[in-house]
Amino acid sequence: MSIDRREFLKIAGASVIAGLGCLSAFEILLPGQFEASQVLRNPKALVGKRWGMVIDMKKLNEETMKKCVDICHRIHNVPDIKNLKEEIKWIWTETFEHAFPGQESEYMSEEIKEMPFLVLCNQCDNPPCVRVCPTKATFKREDGIVMMDMHRCIGCRFCMAACPFGARSFNWRDPRPFIKEENMEYPTRMKGVVEKCTFCYERLAVGLKPACVEVSNGALIFGDLADPESEIRRVLREHYTIRRKSELGTNPSLYYII
Amino acid sequence: MYDGWKVILGIIIFLGIATFPILYDIGKASVPPPEPKIDTPEIQKMAEKKCIESKSFMKTEHMVMLDNWRDSVVREGNRIYISTEGKEYDMSLQNTCMKCHSNKKKFCDECHNYVAVKPYCWDCHIEPKEEG
Amino acid sequence: MLELALKGSRKYWSWVIFLLAIIGAGFISYLYQFRVGLGITGMSRDVSWGLYIGQFTYLVGVAASAVTIVLPYYLHNYKKYGRISILGEFVAVSSVVMCMLFIFVDLGQPLRVLNVLLHPTPNSVMFFDMVVLSGYLFLNILCGWYVLGAERKGVPPAPWIKPFIIIAICWAPSIHIVTAFLYQGLPGRHYWLTAIMAAKFLSSAFASGPALLIVISLILRKFTRFDPGWEAIQTMAKTSAYFLIATVAFYLFEVFTSFYSSIPGHMYPIKYLFTGIEGHTRLVPIMWLSTVLVGVALPILIIPKARGNERALGFAAAATFIALWLEKGISLVVGGFVPNPFERVFEYWPTLPEVLIALGVWGIGFFILTILYKVAISVKEEVIFDKYGEKQVKA
Repeated sequence: MSIDRREFLKIAGASVIAGLGCLSAFEILLPGQFEASQVLRNPKALVGKRWGMVIDMKKLNEETMKKCVDICHRIHNVPDIKNLKEEIKWIWTETFEHAFPGQESEYMSEEIKEMPFLVLCNQCDNPPCVRVCPTKATFKREDGIVMMDMHRCIGCRFCMAACPFGARSFNWRDPRPFIKEENMEYPTRMKGVVEKCTFCYERLAVGLKPACVEVSNGALIFGDLADPESEIRRVLREHYTIRRKSELGTNPSLYYII
Repeated sequence: MYDGWKVILGIIIFLGIATFPILYDIGKASVPPPEPKIDTPEIQKMAEKKCIESKSFMKTEHMVMLDNWRDSVVREGNRIYISTEGKEYDMSLQNTCMKCHSNKKKFCDECHNYVAVKPYCWDCHIEPKEEG
Repeated sequence: MLELALKGSRKYWSWVIFLLAIIGAGFISYLYQFRVGLGITGMSRDVSWGLYIGQFTYLVGVAASAVTIVLPYYLHNYKKYGRISILGEFVAVSSVVMCMLFIFVDLGQPLRVLNVLLHPTPNSVMFFDMVVLSGYLFLNILCGWYVLGAERKGVPPAPWIKPFIIIAICWAPSIHIVTAFLYQGLPGRHYWLTAIMAAKFLSSAFASGPALLIVISLILRKFTRFDPGWEAIQTMAKTSAYFLIATVAFYLFEVFTSFYSSIPGHMYPIKYLFTGIEGHTRLVPIMWLSTVLVGVALPILIIPKARGNERALGFAAAATFIALWLEKGISLVVGGFVPNPFERVFEYWPTLPEVLIALGVWGIGFFILTILYKVAISVKEEVIFDKYGEKQVKA
């Protein structure tokens, strides 16, 4: 039997595709030995169904807010980039009229309009950023935290377009030169990935509350919204609270007492 | 033969491209075979100088293990690894592995350079400060 | 058939070399972006998508618009389009390739792009967009190449190709609807959060796509022995006219809804684009240029006498293509981000390397288009001249 060049190329091409297909099928069907290896949760870890936070603005002053911002950015190696275009922030302050657009009125006192509010990722119960992520790099954990997997993020920034709270920052370039003092216990990020507040998941895992809560002198109350007996639920029962853009249905887990 | 010189020229160019890696290396000093060192102070202190799993296993599987660890920690929130011997370890490249293997240049880079792989672990995870 | 692209006139080769030079400049700029990061672009924390995603959006439309040629030909047996259906399909092929490249150059971690396949996420519109775009690329290469091959051999295409052509026709609008869903499903971005987005995307695509094909056809008539046919060009002009009217109408519906309801969030982006907010007016000239171009092109496309004038038609088609590019390729994306979620205004303007990279991708698209068209036209010239020995084929 003789084959011409065209036939040969066709057969060769098909064989390559079939070969590669089989190889990857094998890899998927035969899991590695690590499947069997044992992993555990730290017994000290804080466990909840839906972590949330109440921010009591009556107890917050500018000094405390600065402390919250500083500790967060320091322990998480958040770079201090002065150029607004490439700024990265996990927790910061915004004035009332910008943090709650549409809530301000023309006769409101300047004091309230200009009052700085602590803002961070709202850890929404129905997060649009998670809905749009094409790789599940951002996902919602069982305890309600909207988490970032920096290993998986491809940097498409769909989540930044989807977030109605402007909570997400992108690494427009290598952040390392902008970190003054590195926390050796926590990684930095690399260029080309999106980052945001993760409710200190690394601290919860060892039984600690988020860093900002710890330095807030009781102005930030952290707890499990799903537990009716929790302190945060008691505070929510006793006070009138507002949330940012709750009309959008993302169901934020952050509440503000004014 | 039609277009004989074109065919021959084509063959020469093909051979040039195909053998480029070899030609490129001619006359260059060969990279010495790696000798990863484990003589860090932390390891010297240990009574029994042993990693979390056997040496041969760590040699061939560390990359798979780290890949599994990061999913387990970041995605499932499980941070404790139980070794085949039943000991528990915190799954952390920065805070567990590198605490003992604080000599990244000797321990990681030497082999990685030799086999010309560039894992991007260190773009984010901070390497221990070394002298020199 | 590809060997046909290797024989060409001096003009053909100068054009190819010109394109390669542009691609080279874009590639070098991309290496710079690859090394430093997306910080070399004009994008920012507040306007986190820019020129790249705009080009992607616009080109998905151009790709989808092939259906305006293929559908009348295959479903309504409109014979005048017989000679140019291949032109539409090849425009689709090169546009889809450009779309994929624009997504790629927009990624912060491009080497991880296969994570999209490794961790498929059906609830992400981005994932769906990738699926439909790949499918559309495959369908157009298959149908275009096969039908052209059959034409070269002088035999009618085998019946098995027909189902693929029908699927491609249904597939075309889907790629653009999915692209609109990227935008219109995001809470809090008022400029995008509107159901008319998908309809406006389709109508502007079906106006700009035929406009591009008219320009291409007029060039081919002039520089090659292949004539797409005057009647076919006129029909495309009518298609473009109707859809341009629809596009303008859809935009005005949006303006009415925003301003009659007077909801601030809905008015801000439109105000920003047409008048500027708080002295931020960077996009104002772009929007007005777009408006003026549409205003000039529309009467020419509508009035039969003006449309019948080759020069006027060429101008109107080019104006349509550029006007809609300004609207969809630049202002649409930026308008969604201004003002930002805190109702503060941060503006966007592309940087030089960013523009060079975008040009490079366009260069690749036109390079692919040139090669494919060279093949198609060589085949058609052969077939037509062997059979009839004159410029016009008798349908």
